[in-house]
Amino acid sequence: MSAHEQFAEDLALHALGTLQGDERARLEAHLDSCAACRQELADLRGDMALLAMSTAGPKPPQRSRQRLLNAIAKEPRVPATASGRASRFNWWAALGWTAAVAMLIVVVQLRRENYFLRESVTNLGALTSQQTLELANAQRVVDTLTAPEAQTVTLAASKNPQPQGKAFYLKNRSGLVFVANNLPALPADKIYELWLIPPTGAPIAAGLFKPDAKGNATIVNPPGLPPGVEAKTFAVTLEPASGPHDAPRGTGVMQGGA
Amino acid sequence: MALVSAIRAGDQGAMAALYDRFSSVVYSVALRVLGETGAAEDVLQDVFLQLWRNPGAFDASRGNLGAWLAVIARNRAIDARRKRKPESDIEDVVLSVTPDMVSDADRSRVAEKVRGVLGTMSAPQRSALEMAYYEGLTHTEIAAKTGEPLGTIKTRIRAGLTALRKAFQE
Repeated sequence: MSAHEQFAEDLALHALGTLQGDERARLEAHLDSCAACRQELADLRGDMALLAMSTAGPKPPQRSRQRLLNAIAKEPRVPATASGRASRFNWWAALGWTAAVAMLIVVVQLRRENYFLRESVTNLGALTSQQTLELANAQRVVDTLTAPEAQTVTLAASKNPQPQGKAFYLKNRSGLVFVANNLPALPADKIYELWLIPPTGAPIAAGLFKPDAKGNATIVNPPGLPPGVEAKTFAVTLEPASGPHDAPRGTGVMQGGA
Repeated sequence: MALVSAIRAGDQGAMAALYDRFSSVVYSVALRVLGETGAAEDVLQDVFLQLWRNPGAFDASRGNLGAWLAVIARNRAIDARRKRKPESDIEDVVLSVTPDMVSDADRSRVAEKVRGVLGTMSAPQRSALEMAYYEGLTHTEIAAKTGEPLGTIKTRIRAGLTALRKAFQE
């Protein structure tokens, strides 16, 4: 996904927090509707993190650690309850798309976990934190797949072979899992794009994807989806790989109403 | 990425573990921006307290925690240096970064590579990037300081940032 060239330099300044006035207002208005530029902004902040990592300096004094621990001890929080969570894990009993996608997520999480164990055996406390982080992410995916209020949308084409897609969408958490199969192989200069189409307003870009050799593809929680947006329809279009990807311009492949 | 569930659940031990892991990065960048240990310690405290108070601000699906804390620290330090209120909520800082920075060894490798890329930049480009990053100067201020055209400064800042990313994509 490529950002709009006319905003490229302003995006860098915005990431650094130095863009002001009309330029900033214009860019922020554009960001509201452009997933590609939001992704570029996130990438630029990633670049800023790399620069931070190169900043060498002394360790903080020991008193800072104690100061922090004293401060958080004064602000204890009631642990979040797990009510309602246990029953959601009954999704294991479900068949078909839901179980297949959820298993994929679990496998990915376990592979990450394995890597982390190998790399960080000396830091078990931090390891526990990282694992719970990843479980929280997996839980978000599971919620998207299983929550009663999640929308499930099947997309189908009218021609043979029949590409099929299924979207699981949880609007209040911006959770979206999309799986597709039987997709025709892409020409070199094309790419598929998923769109969330609200009842009113322009379609919202929900991720670019390329199918594997068997025509299968998956999108999990694409970045930049605004929270709380109602989905009327999901659609897939065939777009130029070079973009722009902020609005559907190519040919329709399949769509389905929520 | 998301934030640590243990912290969300109020686990102070998890907070201490995270501090032990990432405080050096947070403190280093704050100290580089502010040049004064007391002010850097205040930023260090503020960054970790923000995480404690609002662990949901960090989305684990969208980035790694060390990188996110480093960017929050840089932004908070710039706010302090410029004597202004924080310009954005920590929830708004969404980032994506390619290299793994889970272990100390990962972070050392990243730091070494980034320093290598900085070493290959021209002096004017590196200077523009560092003035924007460590001093929080706007492109207008940098142009006034260096006598270079505004457009040139903008281009140098963006090219400097993206050069770091490209080094990890090769």
